[in-house]
Amino acid sequence: MTAGSVAAQGLVRLPVWRARIVLAALVAAFAALLVRAVYLQAVKTDFLQEKGDARYSRVLEMPATRGRITDRHGEALAVSTPVKSIWAIPSDVQLKPTQRKSLARLLGMGTRELERKLAEPEHDFVYLKRQLAPETAEAIAKLALAGIYEQREYRRYYPAGEVTAHLLGFTDVEDVGQEGLELAYEQSLGGRRGSRRVIKDRLGHIVEDVQSIRAAQDGVDLTLSIDSKIQSVAFAALKAAVERHRAKAGALVALNVQTGEVLALANVPSFNPNNRANLTGAELRNRVITDLFEPGSTLKPFTIALALESGKVTPQTTIATAPGRMTLAHYTIRDVHPAAALTVTQVLQKSSNVGAAKLALAMPREALWDFYHRLGFGTAPQLGFPGAAAGRLRAYRSWRPIEQATMAYGHGISLSLIQLARAYTIFALDGELAPLTLVKSELAARGEKLVSAETARAVRAMLEAAVQPGGTGPRARIVGWRVAGKTGTAHKQENGGYAADKYIASFVGLAPVSAPRVIIGVMIDEPAGGYYGGSVAAPVFAEVMQATLRLLGVPHDAPLEPLERPGALDEPREST
Amino acid sequence: MAKLNLLLLAVLVACALGLVTSQHKARKLFSALEREHEHARELDVEYGRLQLEASTWGQHSRVARIAAGTLGLRIPDARRVRLLARDNAQ
Repeated sequence: MTAGSVAAQGLVRLPVWRARIVLAALVAAFAALLVRAVYLQAVKTDFLQEKGDARYSRVLEMPATRGRITDRHGEALAVSTPVKSIWAIPSDVQLKPTQRKSLARLLGMGTRELERKLAEPEHDFVYLKRQLAPETAEAIAKLALAGIYEQREYRRYYPAGEVTAHLLGFTDVEDVGQEGLELAYEQSLGGRRGSRRVIKDRLGHIVEDVQSIRAAQDGVDLTLSIDSKIQSVAFAALKAAVERHRAKAGALVALNVQTGEVLALANVPSFNPNNRANLTGAELRNRVITDLFEPGSTLKPFTIALALESGKVTPQTTIATAPGRMTLAHYTIRDVHPAAALTVTQVLQKSSNVGAAKLALAMPREALWDFYHRLGFGTAPQLGFPGAAAGRLRAYRSWRPIEQATMAYGHGISLSLIQLARAYTIFALDGELAPLTLVKSELAARGEKLVSAETARAVRAMLEAAVQPGGTGPRARIVGWRVAGKTGTAHKQENGGYAADKYIASFVGLAPVSAPRVIIGVMIDEPAGGYYGGSVAAPVFAEVMQATLRLLGVPHDAPLEPLERPGALDEPREST
Repeated sequence: MAKLNLLLLAVLVACALGLVTSQHKARKLFSALEREHEHARELDVEYGRLQLEASTWGQHSRVARIAAGTLGLRIPDARRVRLLARDNAQ
């Protein structure tokens, strides 16, 4: 085509550069778009994604519910239920005087206190009141105040109150275990909070689950070995005894012999775990597990068991105990009922210190130490309970003869009540020492065999004699079942010596003798007036043991005759 | 050729509508599921409260007090209790 023909067709030939400019402009525009796209897609993508997500995607906290604690029959002992906490952003709060008054009233505080809490503009988060009842929180929500919000929290309730306070412990305001079993089983009870990412619509409904960041895991329920009926009876009996004898404190533990389960564990003084204002240290102490005491005569059966086991004596062997005292290195061991000679059985029955000391001195100290050690003295029991005391059992190399003698009747050695009660399982299980548990278990406990069945039965028979008239603990007897046990009356240790007028009365025993099922240990701290284990602790044992055997449905093994009351001659006097 | 295109267009529109519907249904069902989960949590809380209540009312000490005080019940004399042994011991 020629220029002439173009012109002839009426077309104007434009300069080529104009087309090139347009093309270049278009290319440049596309290039700019491309660069921008790359910039947004590759460089700023994280930021933009985040902004986009912030419009509709939310990360939700998934709270985990704390596991419940129940007794062996499923009775609830500790349950967490939701409560509301009220919080505020002080700078956003604008209250009219009437609103302020009604809010303060609902929160249960003075208007001045409320103003003080709200007068902290540097804080943008202030708790006004934590753990309110749901109804109160609802009333506050109805006021519809700006800058005041509510938050769901959990609070733990203990329906049995002071009866199980020491055993269960308690949780703090965040529902985290602080004491007792709540602390011991915190990991499994507490569960694990989770979180998940969801898409919410304009109205706040969750429309899609995008991803589960971490699944929430609810706490596992804990079933204890405790029988709440026995626990309740034990606590009531112990409390009554502590009040009757104006004692400083008391402790009681009941064990199921066959399974090694703790059926009841009570402490006085106690506290209300649902309202822990004004708590003192004395009320918080779990005396059964964490407190040590010198057991006194309740330790004698072990000395005698070892003597029998060594084959040196039989229950009928006579020991010269005249004149009822014995002096060793400036220290005199005394008997309350001096006798010229006592058989081994009578040593236990009359709780003769001289007899027990002579038996202990006849044995090598290594053997004594080894036996005590294997009984678990000086080793913290494997209960998983925080603060379980190990007790004090000194190395035998440092024992002097006088210490070896006093240890025979429970002085110069200290243990917790639960250690002592556990040691008695060797007499109930024909020589086996059962491991203990606070969690329900149906399995028969298999323990280490420490003495032969013959020895265990022989000591059991002696322990039964000790609660017959003529022994130190006749008030431990109950109608319908044969019981066996040992009293203890120990001087309290104070400032490195022994207090002359402060005692710890104790009793540990088992029943029924024909086929032992239950061991109960009782300890009363500083009873006023009568202070003997046989008159202070033994009646508590009898009351709780009778109720326990009835509740467990244990067959009778004794005639159902009313017990003859112990006479004046059978006063449970003893000196340790 | 045009016929095939029209057919494909119709299929495409149908698929698109189907996707929208199923997405909508999925979201509806999901929110229903959420509601049920919430309901389950509420029931669990309620169960906990009822357990608490049952345990509080059923406290052994309270039962014993009412039995002895209001109803005048007492523990039978041991001589009037007969224990039956289970025939087939476990």
